Amino acid sequence: MRFTTLIRHPADWMTGVQTEHCAVLTSRIRLARNLQGHAFPGWAMKAQRSETLAILQPAVEGLSAMKDAFSRELSELTPVQKQVLVERHLISREHAARGEGSAAVIERRQSFSIMLNEEDHLRMQAIRPGLQLTQAYESLSALDTELEKKLEYAFDPNLGYLTTCPTNLGTGLRASSMLHLPGLVLSDQIGPVLQAVNKIGLAVRGLYGEGTESLGNLYQISNQSTLGESEEVIISRLERVIAQVASHEQNAREKLMEDDPSMVADKIGRAYGALRYAHIIDSKEALTYLSLLRLGGNLGFFPLETVHLCDSLLMDIQQAHLQLHAGTKLSTEHRDTIRAEILRSRLQSFDSPDIRVTNHNETKRQPKDGNPENL
Amino acid sequence: MKCDFCDTKATVFLTQLIEGQMKKVCLCETCAKEKGVTDPTGFSLADMVLTNFQKLVPTMNTNTEELSKGAGKTCPDCGFTMEDLRKVRRFGCGSCYGVFSSEVSMMLRGMHKGATHAGKVPEGLFASQSRHRQIKELRVKLEQAILTEDYEAAARLRDEINQLASLSK
Repeated sequence: MRFTTLIRHPADWMTGVQTEHCAVLTSRIRLARNLQGHAFPGWAMKAQRSETLAILQPAVEGLSAMKDAFSRELSELTPVQKQVLVERHLISREHAARGEGSAAVIERRQSFSIMLNEEDHLRMQAIRPGLQLTQAYESLSALDTELEKKLEYAFDPNLGYLTTCPTNLGTGLRASSMLHLPGLVLSDQIGPVLQAVNKIGLAVRGLYGEGTESLGNLYQISNQSTLGESEEVIISRLERVIAQVASHEQNAREKLMEDDPSMVADKIGRAYGALRYAHIIDSKEALTYLSLLRLGGNLGFFPLETVHLCDSLLMDIQQAHLQLHAGTKLSTEHRDTIRAEILRSRLQSFDSPDIRVTNHNETKRQPKDGNPENL
Repeated sequence: MKCDFCDTKATVFLTQLIEGQMKKVCLCETCAKEKGVTDPTGFSLADMVLTNFQKLVPTMNTNTEELSKGAGKTCPDCGFTMEDLRKVRRFGCGSCYGVFSSEVSMMLRGMHKGATHAGKVPEGLFASQSRHRQIKELRVKLEQAILTEDYEAAARLRDEINQLASLSK
């Protein structure tokens, strides 16, 4: 499969069905695995790494789910292509920095991706739209079971799956969801909520994982402990907490609409105006406004499809995606111009916000998805 | 109040939240300047607490101290040494976990919810591994039975071994 074919369409999980919790964008499961009798990638010599890759790559490509998959050694990809994969969450930033001896195998609909010779021999990942951690885990675990028939994993009955870093020991599982929390941010409740999440041993991160800043009111919540509990226990706790945060978000949005509908309408209206008419826009500003546009979609200011449009624009306006779109290296100024162009064209046929939602006497909001058209 | 770095009187006090815990540092003016406390952009209490600040968090440093006891150990499979472990806090290969087992259990203290794996097990591999282990143990018992001329037990053990071995084929 060619790179352009892989990237041409948005991933399934970007345009997927909305589940119960509209604040949850995606659910992601990652499993770390290593081969017995081979040095871990970070410690292996170059020749050893290539040797391991020669065992791993055919085994992964042979998986039934990976039929016609995109499979490349990282040395075969250009820096921009790697960055596009990072922006789509298909490989990690660390993996993008690698070259010969490391590879990425990505399922054609981008639901599964497997990094070979990242920090561990295998870093397998499944992404699903909405809050679907259990489903994502089950599908990835099936893939893992299929692989373990062909590969001999490094495993210890007491320590579980052995990983390069002891922080991943045991299940090798990292489960995470991406949440959109503008309501909690606007109502100044985000701090205490995230602190509470942190207190029970879960990690909160920004848009692109470890050490990244939170842009566009997007937060990732994930487990930290991987040893001592089964996958099911870890995932069900995480799902419970994420559902709780999502319902806090829902309440915060409803409260904002009740207490200060003009403020909400003003923010959403200004975001709409900026995105539709701006000619120069940097990515931080664009993400901020897209976040508000998405909120508007959830609250009934715009049709509900807006939410999906925002989710795919979130990818399309990022640096490497823009360069790929333009087919050439771009200066920062040029990037900001093209970004604005894309936003304007995608929002061209977009009606201005429906402000009836702010008027309580005429229309009653439906609490679940907040869309008055459904009444 | 004395400075946490030297014994001079502390005049600069700093409190910061690190990983959800309140950490307090007391410094004298000289040390404060040296650590860049007076320059708010160039200072992170986290760096100080997490790297070289021994007095403040003794528990964090005992790990490093205890780790140095095992110096000289090397993994026979991949050549990873104690020194490497101390530097990168990661391992070289699957066998390292056996070689550095006491260091592993030290590092795992407080890292996870538990110390023993409770999740998925690679079925095929694990079953065959535990069969191999069982067969080994039974062979030892068999030899003992033969030595003590307990032929009844020996016959029983032999059958058990054969049965297990046939499963592995």
